[in-house]
Amino acid sequence: MNIEALIASTFDGLMLGFVFGLMAMGLTLIFGVMKVINLGHGPLIAIGMFAVLVMSQSLGINPYLTLPVIIVIGLLTGIVMYFVALHRVINSPELTTLLATFSVNMMITGLMTVIFSTSPRGLDVTLGSLQFGRVTILGTRVAAVVIAVVVTIALYFFLYRTRQGKSIRAVANNRGAAELMGINSSWVLGLSFGIGAMLAMISGMLLATMFSFTVLTGNALETKSFVIVVLGGLGNPTGALFGGIIIGLLESITTIFIPVSWVPVLEFVVFIMILLVRPNGIFGARSS
Amino acid sequence: MKTLKNISFWLLLVVIAGVAVVPIVQGNVSMREDAFFILMLVILASSTNIIMGYTGYVSFGHIVYFGTGGYVAFYLMQTFQWHFVLAALVGGVAASLLAFLLGNAVLRLRGAYFALSTIGINEAVRAFVSNFEPLGGSIGMFFNFSMYDAYGGAKNAGQLAYYAMVVLALMTIAASFLIKKSKFGLGLMSIREDQDASMVLGINPSRMKVITYTISAFFPAIAGAIFFFKNGLIEPGPAFELHRSVEALVMVMLGGFGTVTGPIVGAVVYERLRGFLITNETFSNFHLVIAGAMLLLIVLFVPAGLVGWLRLRFAAVRRFLE
Amino acid sequence: MILSVENVSKRFGGLQALDKVTLSVNEGEIFGIIGPNGAGKTTLFNTINGVYPPTEGRIKFRGEDVTGLPPFDLSKRGLARTYQVVRPLGELTVRENVTVGACFGRENLPLEKAEKVADEILEFVGLTARNDMLASKLNVAQKKRLEMARALAARPILILLDEVLAGLNPQEVADMLGVVRKIREQGVTIIMIEHLMHAVMNLSDRVFVLDYGAQIAEGTPQEVSNHPKVIEAYLGDPEVAKRFLEGTPS
Repeated sequence: MNIEALIASTFDGLMLGFVFGLMAMGLTLIFGVMKVINLGHGPLIAIGMFAVLVMSQSLGINPYLTLPVIIVIGLLTGIVMYFVALHRVINSPELTTLLATFSVNMMITGLMTVIFSTSPRGLDVTLGSLQFGRVTILGTRVAAVVIAVVVTIALYFFLYRTRQGKSIRAVANNRGAAELMGINSSWVLGLSFGIGAMLAMISGMLLATMFSFTVLTGNALETKSFVIVVLGGLGNPTGALFGGIIIGLLESITTIFIPVSWVPVLEFVVFIMILLVRPNGIFGARSS
Repeated sequence: MKTLKNISFWLLLVVIAGVAVVPIVQGNVSMREDAFFILMLVILASSTNIIMGYTGYVSFGHIVYFGTGGYVAFYLMQTFQWHFVLAALVGGVAASLLAFLLGNAVLRLRGAYFALSTIGINEAVRAFVSNFEPLGGSIGMFFNFSMYDAYGGAKNAGQLAYYAMVVLALMTIAASFLIKKSKFGLGLMSIREDQDASMVLGINPSRMKVITYTISAFFPAIAGAIFFFKNGLIEPGPAFELHRSVEALVMVMLGGFGTVTGPIVGAVVYERLRGFLITNETFSNFHLVIAGAMLLLIVLFVPAGLVGWLRLRFAAVRRFLE
Repeated sequence: MILSVENVSKRFGGLQALDKVTLSVNEGEIFGIIGPNGAGKTTLFNTINGVYPPTEGRIKFRGEDVTGLPPFDLSKRGLARTYQVVRPLGELTVRENVTVGACFGRENLPLEKAEKVADEILEFVGLTARNDMLASKLNVAQKKRLEMARALAARPILILLDEVLAGLNPQEVADMLGVVRKIREQGVTIIMIEHLMHAVMNLSDRVFVLDYGAQIAEGTPQEVSNHPKVIEAYLGDPEVAKRFLEGTPS
């Protein structure tokens, strides 16, 4: 192995990691606020991918300019999904909410398969590349990282500096107490779900600029999101970002040493280990 | 054992056996194929229900045992020419052993963490098998045509597989019934309702959960062995298909969580309905959408499932429908 | 002596929930534990029945060292308890709830025998009419009785009662006190945490007072109610102090 390959992989992994982190943040935020594991996360990512595909190919819009539209679609889809599928059973045991969100997964996946079939698609975007010695960095990746970072900062600003954001954190902390303080928890839960869905879709859009994809890619990314989220600690958005970077690095660096097809084995073994040894994530408090 | 004197126990088994014999008596092969598949789903759903419905642990990746049993048995049959029945039993034991080892670790996790870990286990095993060359890697393994000669040709082997599936289904249902009506089952349901309170009442939850998980891995593993024996081909994708696990959960919910007959009813209704949707011109493209919508309606409005709802609604039903 | 707690302490992070508690309970007595809210009474129960191990100290039950044993082991040895906040097995029937107690308790009965015991106990606490009801559908007083019945079905030697009277109306309190007396008549030793002072004072042979995790007094109800430290501990809450000193029901 040579040092340049290592540097190139590290950069690649780091950049991919930010996007993965953003993707997993959507899942972990929803869990943190309402203790629901959103099994419809994958199709939401897929919607992001196909939304940018349709807008750029049929309407000729620059993929990066679709971002505002995707944000709106994401928020609305999430809020509708919450009130249709979850609101009635939000206080039920896990199985109920798992199945409710999974039913949405089936519906969206089914509908998208009808519309788009399952053949692979790709976006035609090139933003040139940066050259450092023999290390090449693709422009699309840089753009994706920049957008991921900006969205993350905006999310934190929203959660910590705005009234709505603060009520989300209050509800996440203690729903009962938040309600006593006059917070309308139904709306806050709906909004949080909307934000979670929005993050999934933005990450889908960014991933679509880097890789080819199918209707089912979202579901594979959903499983990856589980790994990331557990790595960073369920319900912890900052942890998800770091988890995403770790997985991004793992995926690109380990391929220098082991065949690519072994990477998932490694990932899922790490995943199970973390669940068993540090269920609160590698940054979380050790459980008693 | 009081259950063995219970009329509804025997009645249930007789009804299942009776229905299962129909395609044989009529000599209808396509009907037999349908019944084979439905019985397999009944086994998957009932086994999932033993750990999920009785104990309250949602095993999302339970299909890992179906695949494990299938792979172990297939390997023994293909490489060492073991007889199918013996290979299937060893496959079942191997999967149970795996469940025992994993169960000791993951059953400490509760709720969503357990559910996620079972997904992780299935994905890890699938990824491993896809890379493991002795088991054929991502291509999998297949039988030579001569393989079925020992069973009197492929046609007879199909027949044999069907009988095996019928027997296994009856065994699974009997086990599910016996567990539910036993002291052991009562302990499981107590754990499901409140694990900490159960401990104070004298129940050792870790031990009971591990035993249950081990049992619930045995039947799907043998089903996997039978299925892939008949199939003649095993690949990582179909063997460890997470989607099938989740379908089993849907069947349990549809029929009734924690009941004996619920998973059976759920499997039959789900499969028939899917069959209808796929063959119907208007719906064929939308079968996944419709199945999803149906699941959502059940979860939101009939959370007890069909059998569960009947049992709640009519006291008389409770006496004969478990 | 049936139970002895020797120098038991329990710390949760920075919080000293129990501080070198020592007590002993004789066979057949009713031993009352009182103390202001947050004094560590329920923590003491949790430590005795093995929900969590003590940070230091030893617990002996019927002469055997049981420190750190899990709750199900203690249950098998004849220790039962009820919870302050009732914990019915909601989706099981009343009869099944009590059968669980009989099945896995001290006698470790097979199912059919356990069902017979359950029927007896349900008769004893007056819940027979609710046999087939789901436990979650009972009202508070009935849930308290169910909790008691489930603990009794284990045929315990020692039973820990955590505020079985809380939240009951005067009539229900009187009924429950009758049940507690009947349990004692059967030879079961009782340790009870209670906030209703007149009840503790009337029922208990001896009373133990905890404050901030430490013992501040122990003795007959008479001795304890005149103990200056006890009065001081309760003066933090004048209402309680008044009730306590007058021994009137709330």
